[in-house]
Amino acid sequence: MSLVSAFFAIIRRDLILAFRRRAEIANPIFFFIIVVTLFPLGVGANPKLLQAMAPGIIWVSALLAVMLSLDSLFRSDFDDGSLEQMLLSSHPLTVLVFAKIIAHWMVTGLPLLVVAPLLAIFLGLPEQALGTLLLTLVLATPVLSLIGSIGVSLTVGLRRGGMIISLLVLPLYIPVLIFASNAVEMAGNGLAVDAQINILIAIFFMSAVLAPLPAAAALKMSVN
Amino acid sequence: MSIIPAPIVRFYHRTASPPHFYSLANKLLPWLVGIFILLAGAGLYGGLYLAPTDYQQGDSYRIIYIHVPAAWMSLFIYVIMAVMGAISLIWRMKIADVVLISSAPIGASFTFIALVTGSLWGKPMWGTWWVWDARLTSELILLFLYLGVISLYGAIEDKRTASRAVAILALVGVVNIPIIHYSVQWWNTLHQGPTVAKMDKPSIHIDMLIPLLLMATAFKFYYAIAMLQVAKVEILKREQNMQWVKKLVETKA
Repeated sequence: MSLVSAFFAIIRRDLILAFRRRAEIANPIFFFIIVVTLFPLGVGANPKLLQAMAPGIIWVSALLAVMLSLDSLFRSDFDDGSLEQMLLSSHPLTVLVFAKIIAHWMVTGLPLLVVAPLLAIFLGLPEQALGTLLLTLVLATPVLSLIGSIGVSLTVGLRRGGMIISLLVLPLYIPVLIFASNAVEMAGNGLAVDAQINILIAIFFMSAVLAPLPAAAALKMSVN
Repeated sequence: MSIIPAPIVRFYHRTASPPHFYSLANKLLPWLVGIFILLAGAGLYGGLYLAPTDYQQGDSYRIIYIHVPAAWMSLFIYVIMAVMGAISLIWRMKIADVVLISSAPIGASFTFIALVTGSLWGKPMWGTWWVWDARLTSELILLFLYLGVISLYGAIEDKRTASRAVAILALVGVVNIPIIHYSVQWWNTLHQGPTVAKMDKPSIHIDMLIPLLLMATAFKFYYAIAMLQVAKVEILKREQNMQWVKKLVETKA
């Protein structure tokens, strides 16, 4: 099997597996919606306040939703031994891990793109910011999956890696959160957001190239 | 054929062996302690007694002699950990693992000290204990990075695997160091910009600067002392079944 067909075979396999267990796909989305819903209940339903907080609320909730879904990235493969098969295969693990990350993003990041603008409207985000919100989500949710893959491959061998992964991954998510929510906020005020978008593009390409390397190294360590 | 002279290579290989590192640490420690006491004594005397009172901040600026060196150390130690992580991943050097994991709690403590002293300094100067400005927040994130390293190491039972895991994590986390370092320049926030390490001329009076640099050097020595102490224990733990540790215990007993 050539590298390219192995790459697409992994994406296909992961997508099929995900669609056979639809409830698991839906969970991060429901989580995202519920967290966003909690904010108006927690801080009060003042429309001005919610409008000001909308970019932050959407982005923090998206961050948490992706983080909670990370465990599914390698867990089942680790349990049933297919991760070992990937390690033993003649193809570079980095590329295979990259395929798994893409599949993970299609299952968790992509649905967020659909739901987030809707929730942003409910929170009163100005319509002119919706395009920027979508753009930041398109650019930055893959980054969340990419960076998260490092954390999850470090902890996949642990029985209770769930709490540790938040400590490992969230500090690395912070630059994404800063620039993405700042871009949405600026766009809401009618200001230019080129700088933030350019930085997000840079972060996207950097992490797409670099993140699979430590993730693959960490998987080798975890499987041992 | 190597461009590195042979004695350096020999020193490097010998230091990489745990028993040699252990005895080297034992030999170095008294010297380091002596130099630390001299430097810290001179620095504190200069800083708390000789240095002039600040015309704006009064005497409360003197916390700088703890706050700034601690903040420098918090970044410095993380970079050391990342370098050790790289060495351990590339050359599988056991001592690099030991130094990495021994540095983590010390770095976390320095970060904590920098945060606490900064908070104490902020109350009289800014009128608030804490602001969510770029420097403070990124320093807090640095603390989380340290805690992540420590808890990941604690969570993995096989310590050899754990060492590799924290090496990878330290290397990945180092991307945040430039962000913390330049945060005061990139974002115009409440925390003041750099006053010491400026290209042209430091914007701090020379009588205040000298004790500060003395304290910064003293903190480096303190780090070396603390790290070697922790590393010695860590080496003994890891090598407890080795012949040289048994011999060491027998001679001590």
